[in-house]
Amino acid sequence: MSTGVAIVGAAESDLGVTNRSILGLQAQAIGRSLADAGLTLRDVDGLATTGVSRFSATQLADHFGLQPRWTDSTYAGGSAFEMFVARATQAIQAGQAETVVISFASNQRSARSRSLGGVVEDHTPEAQFETPYGPLFPLSYYAMAAQRYLHTYGGTREALAEVAVAAREWALLNPAAFRHGTRSLTAEEVVGSTMISSPLTALDCCLVTDGGGAIVLTSSERARDLRKKPVEVLGYGERTTNTSMTAVPDLTVTGAVGSGADAFARAGVTPADIDVAQVYDSFTITVALTLEALGFCGRGEALDWIADGRIRPGGDFPLNTSGGGLSYCHPGQFGVMLLIEAVAQLRGEAGDRQVPGARLALAHGTGGILSTHATVVLGVES
Amino acid sequence: MIAPEVPPPDEITLPWWEATREHRLLVQTCAGCSGTQHPPRALCVHCGSDHLDWSTSAGAGVVDSFTVVHRAPRPELDVPYVIARVRLAEGVILLTRLEGQPQEEWSIDDPVRLTWVDLDDGRALPVFVPADVS
Repeated sequence: MSTGVAIVGAAESDLGVTNRSILGLQAQAIGRSLADAGLTLRDVDGLATTGVSRFSATQLADHFGLQPRWTDSTYAGGSAFEMFVARATQAIQAGQAETVVISFASNQRSARSRSLGGVVEDHTPEAQFETPYGPLFPLSYYAMAAQRYLHTYGGTREALAEVAVAAREWALLNPAAFRHGTRSLTAEEVVGSTMISSPLTALDCCLVTDGGGAIVLTSSERARDLRKKPVEVLGYGERTTNTSMTAVPDLTVTGAVGSGADAFARAGVTPADIDVAQVYDSFTITVALTLEALGFCGRGEALDWIADGRIRPGGDFPLNTSGGGLSYCHPGQFGVMLLIEAVAQLRGEAGDRQVPGARLALAHGTGGILSTHATVVLGVES
Repeated sequence: MIAPEVPPPDEITLPWWEATREHRLLVQTCAGCSGTQHPPRALCVHCGSDHLDWSTSAGAGVVDSFTVVHRAPRPELDVPYVIARVRLAEGVILLTRLEGQPQEEWSIDDPVRLTWVDLDDGRALPVFVPADVS
């Protein structure tokens, strides 16, 4: 069932190594997404973004000379953008805003601003009780989740590597992907790549690139008069679970269980109805855990479920069709890029990687150390 | 493990850190519901009570999961080393290091026991070694 709100514009900024500023990339993304919708900055009365500065949406409003009626800068890592879809939908339904832009951009590769230890504020419990031991952040947490997962369910690192192998196959079909124009990966190459935090190697980990993107939302009623086929917001849900590495009792069960259930219920659909899925692939293990949590397969079954090429191009569960964070781009917070790819698929604009007849898409963001989880279900009329 | 720098305690965590000076590992325990939690908090996560006490851990646990870190997040750290979640018999999980045997010998569910790395300021960090190592 539609919420009465639709995505009417979507666009990437430049990706890869851009040597541009965060605001410069934001301006590209927002300008292109508004052009895609047939709108201009003057139409925008709502802004949601993160990663610009402490006052992210405020900074963006100032930069564009806007005084929005509604903003959101909820900081929840990579899932924030799926959360923003929910909040923007509610703001439009409530009449607080008419046209909302959700955007993100990072120049982390050009600026060399990414640190293996992450950013831990000195006043937090984690700074006293975790950082002193030297975990990579967030990588070591996902590595412990992977170790526990493979131990509990008897999976192999080679089977887990299928997530990265499939992502590369999709990236080879996407001219915008960082790994476009390279070659296929094998599971052996993933497993044999440089070990970072066992059992995860460099090729189990997402890229570090610049990039960004934006989407534009408005009422479904107004959307009918705009340029592109409206992509309706059908459902959403979220869960917030932890900041510490020790709060969650079972590393293999994430908050996506709840966020997915809420989103499917709100949309009135089931996992089996989804034609194409964009699931945050910060690491290979993130995808295995999330597919199970969302109910696409049972607990402990993900590696068997994906083993037969199901998630590769031509498979019956097209997943991360852009090439994902593993092979397309990963500007630090990938959530908005998941939405942009979902929109491209539902509009039939995805070129060589188009999933024929895709009508129902899922985008699922994950932030921090499996800390925040947000699911969005999108659809188009047939 | 070389002693790292650790931020000073606050009013919630001070008793826990003071006990480490005597190599005692405290577990915050609710006077109301007997629930345990780590790290220390201002309220009980199980029942919301602020009547929180401390009990002393016997220092026995099992490896919930672990990872061998091969890239140092800080230049002063020598790799590889083993980061782990250890589940204490008292029920809480600690992030910690595993020491006392070659990294490739660790497995999930291994029994471990507590030992300490002394910090320069007199406090100490709990780390774990195989349970059968004296």
